[in-house]
Amino acid sequence: MSSAAIASSPEAVKPAPGSRWMRSEEARGLAMISPTLIYALALLLVPVTLVVAYSFWTQNYLEIDRTFTFENYRQALTEPIYRDLFIRSLWISLVTSAVTVGFSYPVAWFISFHGGAHKNLWLFLVTIPCWTSYLLRVMSWKVILGYGGVLNTGLMSVGLIDEPITSLLYNANAVVITLVHSWAAFAILPIYVSLQKIDRSLIEAARDLGDGPMRAFLRVTLPLSMAGVVSAFLIVMIPTVGDYVTPKLVGGKDGVMIATAIQAQFGKGANWPLGAALSVTTMVLVSLVAAAVVLALRFAVRRIR
Amino acid sequence: MLLHRLRLLPFLPAYVAVYFLFLYLPILLLPVFSFNDAATTTLPLAGFTTKWYASLWGNTVLLQAARNSLIVGVCVALISTILGICAARAITRYRFRGQRPATGLIMAPLFLPEIIVAVSLLMIVLQMGLELSLVTVILGQVVFCIPYSMSVLVSGFEGFDRSLEEASYDLGETAIGTFRRVTLPVVAPAIVSSLLVTFTISLDEFILAFFLSGTEPTLPVYIWGQLRFAAKLPGVLALGSLMILASVVLLTVAEVMRRRAERRTQATLVP
Repeated sequence: MSSAAIASSPEAVKPAPGSRWMRSEEARGLAMISPTLIYALALLLVPVTLVVAYSFWTQNYLEIDRTFTFENYRQALTEPIYRDLFIRSLWISLVTSAVTVGFSYPVAWFISFHGGAHKNLWLFLVTIPCWTSYLLRVMSWKVILGYGGVLNTGLMSVGLIDEPITSLLYNANAVVITLVHSWAAFAILPIYVSLQKIDRSLIEAARDLGDGPMRAFLRVTLPLSMAGVVSAFLIVMIPTVGDYVTPKLVGGKDGVMIATAIQAQFGKGANWPLGAALSVTTMVLVSLVAAAVVLALRFAVRRIR
Repeated sequence: MLLHRLRLLPFLPAYVAVYFLFLYLPILLLPVFSFNDAATTTLPLAGFTTKWYASLWGNTVLLQAARNSLIVGVCVALISTILGICAARAITRYRFRGQRPATGLIMAPLFLPEIIVAVSLLMIVLQMGLELSLVTVILGQVVFCIPYSMSVLVSGFEGFDRSLEEASYDLGETAIGTFRRVTLPVVAPAIVSSLLVTFTISLDEFILAFFLSGTEPTLPVYIWGQLRFAAKLPGVLALGSLMILASVVLLTVAEVMRRRAERRTQATLVP
């Protein structure tokens, strides 16, 4: 019997529980993954569980009161300052992911359909900027958009404007621009992968049957690449909602996001339970918005078809 | 088809060019201004100087931060690649119950806001009464780096022909001997690539280091502290340019190694 047949046998014939073969394959797999799994359990699952637990506790000065309470969540959801921060964070991450996906799709399409023999090189060039330090990238946007920054002084020396534009830096737009720049490659890669999987003869068939290029794109290419669009959306949206550096450096007063409030509760504010509740609420809210976006995208595509 | 090409072709490459400018210009600005003979970042450029780079050498705090970053980077690269090898090997070689949830948990940091990972690690470290130090930074960054290490390694391990290992077992080699003499040579480029990628991530990582480093800053934490002072900006630009250069070089080598790994595993598939 070939090794492939052995490998596929558990699906076909279920061996009796506790059989030797089952035990060895499963045990060896589990043994192999266990160091990594134990590490992830100890330093990811346990800490996140602790955060969830803390969010239901309260703190009196330095004492932690372990009585179960929703008080932190009541504060997180009803106090205007946190409500505003949640709304703004969700809005910024939603806009950022929509813009990133929208601007990146044509590039992913170009690489996939017209990349020629050097597709890997194109992808590598797209990813390089994203691997350089994120702190430095945010800093360079501050240098570009600042009052005495590159854009203002550049435009002034060319003579397009007479005095610096003050509305470039320290607002939500600056945060969105910087985040779009930071996450571009993360959006291109999943879209590219899903475009690569499309059977090109399907598009030809649509063209042969009389669809124009636009209709063929909307009815064949776009729906078939939807999985990539959805994962690009999620992979940008979920991490950006909790971004700390960008709002701090280029956001100013109008660009503050929830991460600043969370950090404050673990630093000087020192109210861990409230900080934990803010963290959990952020995760839950962003998951809800992300789920709504996924559903909306699926629905939109079905309507086009 | 021809008409469609004629209509799209001039437009799309132009768009792609603009997109690449958008990606690269902000990063190229740092080196440009790091050689500029002025303390502010204004156009037109003032003249060429290397004094900002020279000023980095005498700075002992900076050199200490660079040493910290190097220690953390090497440890993180080694630990996360070893743990990545275990997990990547387990999911490409064996099948077992709980494989999907286990993989999901290990890959989860990719899909979590980093601040939440940082805050939860900070809580557990302080809860256990540990002091914040480089060790806690290493522990935290490893959690964050394993998913990247794993994705590099899984693509290197996939397509590896099992029958080579089986042949080795049949010829009387032990499990360890087989790994060392058969498996390792084929997957070595993927492992080197994983080491380089995780080292680069660690070198540039800020949030976890910021929360977990205590009184021993890594380079990004040091830069964060300098950003408050406008006068320090040119020095930070010079340091940043060096870090970008390091990242690009390391990643190019990693990419070359990754492709070699792909070619090697594909070569073993040929009968």
